[in-house]
Amino acid sequence: MSDSLGKPAGRAAPKKLDRRRFLSDTAKTGCAVLLTGLGLGAYASKSAALPVQALRPPGARSEDVFLGTCVRCGLCVRDCPYGTLKLATLGDDVLIGTPYFTARDVPCEMCEDIPCVAACPTGALNPDLGDIDDARMGLAALINQETCLNFQGLRCEVCYRECPLIGEAITLELRHNQRSGKHALFIPTVHSDSCTGCGKCERVCVLPEAAIKVLPANIAMGQSAEHYRWGWEEKERAHKSLVKPDPRHRYNLPEGIGYDNEGVGLIQDKTQLPEPFPENPLDSLNQGSKERP
Amino acid sequence: MSTLSKTTDNQRNWWLRQRWLLLRRMSQFAVLALFLLGPLAGIWLIKGSLNSSLTLGVLPLTDPFILIQSWLAGRQFGTQALLGALIVTGFYFLVGGRVYCAWVCPVNVVTDTAHWLRNRLGLRGNTRIQANTRYWLLGASMLLALLTGIAAWELVNPVSTLQRGLLFGMGTSWLLILAVFLFDLAVSRRGWCGHLCPMGAFYSLLGKYSPLRIRADGRDACDKCMDCFDVCPEPQVIRPALFGKKDGTGPLINEANCTNCGRCIDVCSKEVFSFGTRFNNKQSFGPEQAGINPSTEFKAEQFKQKEARI
Ligand code: SF4
Ligand code: SF4
Ligand code: SF4
Ligand code: SF4
Ligand code: SF4
Repeated sequence: MSDSLGKPAGRAAPKKLDRRRFLSDTAKTGCAVLLTGLGLGAYASKSAALPVQALRPPGARSEDVFLGTCVRCGLCVRDCPYGTLKLATLGDDVLIGTPYFTARDVPCEMCEDIPCVAACPTGALNPDLGDIDDARMGLAALINQETCLNFQGLRCEVCYRECPLIGEAITLELRHNQRSGKHALFIPTVHSDSCTGCGKCERVCVLPEAAIKVLPANIAMGQSAEHYRWGWEEKERAHKSLVKPDPRHRYNLPEGIGYDNEGVGLIQDKTQLPEPFPENPLDSLNQGSKERP
Repeated sequence: MSTLSKTTDNQRNWWLRQRWLLLRRMSQFAVLALFLLGPLAGIWLIKGSLNSSLTLGVLPLTDPFILIQSWLAGRQFGTQALLGALIVTGFYFLVGGRVYCAWVCPVNVVTDTAHWLRNRLGLRGNTRIQANTRYWLLGASMLLALLTGIAAWELVNPVSTLQRGLLFGMGTSWLLILAVFLFDLAVSRRGWCGHLCPMGAFYSLLGKYSPLRIRADGRDACDKCMDCFDVCPEPQVIRPALFGKKDGTGPLINEANCTNCGRCIDVCSKEVFSFGTRFNNKQSFGPEQAGINPSTEFKAEQFKQKEARI
């Protein structure tokens, strides 16, 4: 507004008008930017939610820190030898530009040298992850017992066989097969302390829709209340029972008289006694009319 | 792009009239091609994207604009990213911050095309946007990163969206690029790169004191054909240096928003402009008045008057 260079003569703009226009322009710009910012902020916090079936690469920090730290460069994607990782693009449910994978499409092969983590320049994938077995990309959960073949008594257990940590992350737990009465069910059971969430089990489940799925750990897991204690575990830790023992069994003996032999033998061996309750309840009703053996 | 000048001296051959534009386009496409060689041909010279990359397995490069947002949001720095950002910062400090815009950024090709088409079709509609809106947006993008814990600008940043789209798959990202194109074509002249893009604003700050600059050393020969104003993506930067002799401004285009694209050198038949350094901005006549520049507003208006005349 200080320059009059090149202005047509006689048309010197009044300073006041210029200032007013400047102020109103500035106000307009400010409002527009503020609105844009608010909209963008709302959009950002809305799109920060990760869909449950999208898994982050190994070593990814907690989702909020990860979203802040990742610069969406794709270096992890480039160095994944199995084409597991992809970058979200506009239209995906995952925040644009961030790396993720879908277990059912291409699971993580749990590379020993973890090239994706090594490639990450920002530390969004934690470089301290030295052993891929310590990765926690998610947690497998056998979420549909009605369709899982092993739950029906068949011996599918493809998920179990495929698990890179077979026998640790996923085991087969024997259970009685009530339908046949004489067989066992081999229940695929995931253990959260070992499962890396690589997604291989979900990938290979033979069903058209996998009965076992890898989910974010906070969704796949329940949480025990803090004050719960398992008696059997506490007992083991303390090397003794923690409940008060039952009061000793005593008869009301006359004064001055005690048990013989410290009461040894007072509780008699069950097998020597006849079963007090016969098979047929009518027998016990009629027992008065019979001689007791 | 090739607004043909009425006054272009035919003595200057075709190469002289186009060289910086061509070199610039070559640079932009070369950058993209180097990145594309990997996914398309399996030749991994550069991995990653403009946001952060690794060249030949040793040279890390990270966009400082994105890294600062990510630091504000996540408060974590990887050393490789940090090193990469320092290298990039140093480079653009030396050659001019907005060299990024003119020589590297893929969106520049889009907006330049929009501008060219706009002139071709004679579209005049122009929503007036303050040129400093970009600095507001720059501040807003930083603040958003701090408040939301997400580099929120990256959700809509057309620069990384376009490059990432080309390298990793577009999805519906092209809609965003189309929006920028249409905005520049029909809504606002040089609207995106010249007024709004906070990334350009960031780089302009980075290059505020860059030694490499365009100079109008031959300004005495200027015949006021205004061809340079016509092609310059930031026409307001030319005036102080070109016409500033009488109020003592030196011939150096000492403006952060000059993109060092060199197009003014191409089109000027009098060879007023050249690449040079920021040093020795003295001139024989009048006291040196560095830093006092006429307002952007006024110049934009002048430019419009001039545009209307064409
Ligand atoms: S561990 Fe290997 S397979 Fe898994 S995401 Fe990383 S690079 Fe890909
Ligand atoms: S390498 Fe790191 S910063 Fe780059 S996209 Fe992957 S997680 Fe994000
Ligand atoms: S996700 Fe499945 S395959 Fe992978 S470790 Fe866990 S249980 Fe095993
Ligand atoms: S692969 Fe699927 S069907 Fe087979 S045992 Fe595992 S979860 Fe059940
Ligand atoms: S202003 Fe922004 S979009 Fe335009 S060239 Fe520069 S960085 Fe790219």
